[in-house]
Amino acid sequence: MTSIGTGYDLSASTYSPDGRIFQVEYANKAVENSGTAIGLRVKDGIVLAVEKLVHSKLLVPGANRRIQTIDRHIGLATSGLLADGRHLANLARHEASNFREQYRAPPTVKNLAERIGQYVQVYTLYSSVRPFGISTIIGSVDKDGPGLFVIEPSGVFYGYHGAAVGKGRQLAKNELEKLKLPELTTREAVFEAARIIYLVHDDAKEKEFELEMSWIGDETNGRHVPVPKDLLDEAEQKAKEALENFE
Amino acid sequence: MGMPPTPYTPDPRRSQAWIPFNTRSEQPIVTGTSVLALTYKDGIMLAGDNLASYGSLACSAPRLSVTIPSYTIFGASGNMSDFQYLQHDLDNLIIQEEVTAQDGHQLGPKQIHKYLSQVFYARRSKMDSLWKSVLGGGFKDGKRFLLFVDLLSVTYTVLTLATCYGVYIAQPLLRKAFEGSEVRKIKEDWLHVLFYRDPRSTNQYQITTISAAGPTISPSLKLETEWSFAESIRGYGPQTQ
Amino acid sequence: MNVDIQQLKSGEVNLGTSIMAVQFDGGVVVGADSRTTTGSYIANRVTDKLTHVHDRIYCCRSGSAADTQTIADIVHMSLQQYAQSFGEAPTVSVAANYFQTLCYTNKDNLSAGIIVGGWDKDVGPSVYNIPLGGGLFRQPWAIGGSGSTYVYGYCDATYREGWGRDETVEFVKNTLSLAMARDGSSGGVIRMAVITEDAVERLFVPGNQLPTFWEGLEVLGNSSGAKQPAVEPMAVEV
Repeated sequence: MTSIGTGYDLSASTYSPDGRIFQVEYANKAVENSGTAIGLRVKDGIVLAVEKLVHSKLLVPGANRRIQTIDRHIGLATSGLLADGRHLANLARHEASNFREQYRAPPTVKNLAERIGQYVQVYTLYSSVRPFGISTIIGSVDKDGPGLFVIEPSGVFYGYHGAAVGKGRQLAKNELEKLKLPELTTREAVFEAARIIYLVHDDAKEKEFELEMSWIGDETNGRHVPVPKDLLDEAEQKAKEALENFE
Repeated sequence: MGMPPTPYTPDPRRSQAWIPFNTRSEQPIVTGTSVLALTYKDGIMLAGDNLASYGSLACSAPRLSVTIPSYTIFGASGNMSDFQYLQHDLDNLIIQEEVTAQDGHQLGPKQIHKYLSQVFYARRSKMDSLWKSVLGGGFKDGKRFLLFVDLLSVTYTVLTLATCYGVYIAQPLLRKAFEGSEVRKIKEDWLHVLFYRDPRSTNQYQITTISAAGPTISPSLKLETEWSFAESIRGYGPQTQ
Repeated sequence: MNVDIQQLKSGEVNLGTSIMAVQFDGGVVVGADSRTTTGSYIANRVTDKLTHVHDRIYCCRSGSAADTQTIADIVHMSLQQYAQSFGEAPTVSVAANYFQTLCYTNKDNLSAGIIVGGWDKDVGPSVYNIPLGGGLFRQPWAIGGSGSTYVYGYCDATYREGWGRDETVEFVKNTLSLAMARDGSSGGVIRMAVITEDAVERLFVPGNQLPTFWEGLEVLGNSSGAKQPAVEPMAVEV
């Protein structure tokens, strides 16, 4: 980044001479410093998992959720600035509600990813705003089956079989690639997701973390809900065991 | 002071007769007839036939609905389009208040009742009423609850309820049979009488219940009716052929 | 005393009806539903709207019950008188003309739509339609009453010349069934009479044995059996 500090990085409305928008790249840095979030698109559903770093022992367990429900069948996980994630979730809820109002049908996740992408992109155009400091994983089982998308701070979005954003994304992606995602059941994916989050968590650097997981599939009647407590506990237990064997 | 008050002279531009606004929405077009509701030992049971009438033209349509996850059932008489509007409106309400709020709170039947009464009141105050009566039931925290709201936003809750013809024909029968053991049978008896005497009714019907076990809604069922006694009737007086 | 006759009439008993008569080779089939309403109440669910006016002549009545009964009674009387005077049975045409005269001359005060059907030795079977204004029309088949508007297309598409008795009875039964299913002002049972040279045979289809057609089950979302509503998966953790 040769142009850093030369004045081309102060505004999203200014390119650097080599055609980059530094504000967007800095937004990506905000994501890279945040706890990992992953999404798995499998045979019959979606699993979202987040490594929620707990920065204070004074926090109530379960506070500051990073997975949110957008519509009955749509879940959204963010990595990056928590407040930006909340703002985008509210936007997505409005989009979903508007879609229902206009078409009297549940929105598809592709639809929402498109709208969120457009919205995020606008924040890369003006000097008066800053780009979103988050990467968003949005997943759903809709009329087209399971769908999983990632929207980046630049506004681009792609569909994935397995997605990982945040601090441990590289390691998580390696693990996801080893899985035969289209053959897994949602229940199996819950265990894999928990294992991956535990694996990518860097005990040496980071303090405490909470595993936050949600799923959508046949077992949840197509609804986006948190993974139930007993299943979550079991998955965490297995994840810890796998970690010990791994090391 | 010295001037006499100006006599009132009507402004010719204002002298036209007052034209009521919302003339189209102030009358029902496609309508549904009676809905019957009753409290029984496990919860609430609602019954209604599957008929939408466009004047005297008969069409099939469902008139009972279950809102999920609020666990409230409801059925409506009157304008079918307003019924469908309410279904949509409640669906949105539930997504907003229960699904995406993620605060663990659920709207119970009492909350739904209040919400409906306020929607109805707002609309009748705009002279744009939702031209219908709604019967609903719910089960929450071990308690059953039966609700009523109508186009004037009149609301109440009692143990047995009916709308339209049901008020005159079914309610009296119902009070007699109330809290009997065979609730389902009672419902079918009412529907019989209504089918025999209400020209805007049909013999296809549905029953929905809500109890601690959650809501159920039946498929479209058919009433068994009795006509054989009429075979020997001839003419309207002395005719025998 | 100030009496508004139109207001009185608007509250009276009406045969919001499906009626029908069809000619076939050896006779006529007349048919009707059995619903009589006062506005929005079914006053009688087993009415007989097929009225005997002579040995082989029947009429199907639609409109005001009081008006059509009075007309039928008068025609019945006139036909008896005719038979006495001329020593032979009146023709269907004569009966229909009596009806027509009454309906036309009193058209401002009557609401009566009548179909006359029967057999006579001059022309065999015949069907006459006398709609609201008091016109007289001979037709191979006629339908009337509020329910008939729903089944004109069905009759146009289905009716064939040269049918026998059984096919004609089926046609009448199916047509009336369809009309009764769609018209809120029609319903109950189907009454029919097969009028031939030799006899008048009364037929009866109870309200629970009417032929059925499309019943709109898929509209109700359960053509493939009951679908229970999805139950809420689990409590939300806080």
